[in-house]
Amino acid sequence: MSYPGLFHREGDHCVTTLRATEVGILRRVFTETANLVSDRHSADPAAVRLFPDVYQDDEVEADEFRRFTEDELRTEKSHQIGVVLGCLPHRAGEVRLDEKQAEAWLRALTDARLTLGTRVGINDDTDLGAEIDNAAMRDPTGVRAVQLSVYGYLTYVQESLMESLIGA
Amino acid sequence: MTGTQLTPAEAAEVHESADPDRPWITVVHNDPVNLMSYVTWVFQKLFGYSRAKAEKLMLDVHHKGRAVVSYGVRERMEYDASRLHAYGLWATVERS
Repeated sequence: MSYPGLFHREGDHCVTTLRATEVGILRRVFTETANLVSDRHSADPAAVRLFPDVYQDDEVEADEFRRFTEDELRTEKSHQIGVVLGCLPHRAGEVRLDEKQAEAWLRALTDARLTLGTRVGINDDTDLGAEIDNAAMRDPTGVRAVQLSVYGYLTYVQESLMESLIGA
Repeated sequence: MTGTQLTPAEAAEVHESADPDRPWITVVHNDPVNLMSYVTWVFQKLFGYSRAKAEKLMLDVHHKGRAVVSYGVRERMEYDASRLHAYGLWATVERS
């Protein structure tokens, strides 16, 4: 039995079947995240969250550390996203991940969710279902309604992949 | 403190706590996005902690807003923080 976007375990692999709509959403989201990750001059609040200051009270030290580590961090994040994009079927179909690929997916999904979560203002008290209903009532095809729904979808995919990987 | 004899072990201990490079910590801060299961998994993976220890740290982050996940020399803490950033966790380094 297989539900779209929901991973299950087959031996050493985490497996799911994606519909064309899902492939389209994932490809767009990860392409956008890749663009953000590779933009060294972005003042986007999402970029600030992806590359946080290592020293909270010392801007000089934080910048110094960033100078030595940020390029590598950007390269690594881009690589994870590249793995995800490389695993997506052309239109619809199966995704079959070994442990290394599953790890890349988990990490890239985290960066994509952090990016979207920052854009839509997710906080500890956010009731995602209620937020989606409110946004959809105001404008069903508006940017906010779509972003919230995609965020919810990515969370669902990441949760099921995490469970499938660690066998929870 | 004349007259105080230290055994080699005691001397080493004194030296360690007096080492200016010693008292640094890596702190992970709570964020509203990361999954609890994912954070636990990252702690196990990056630090080799047991499931129980990783879960306790994750719950500390979740409930108290922050948790110390490692301590040691400054360079090592910077390395730990950058690994945590690579996994999307919000980590900082500070003096203990």
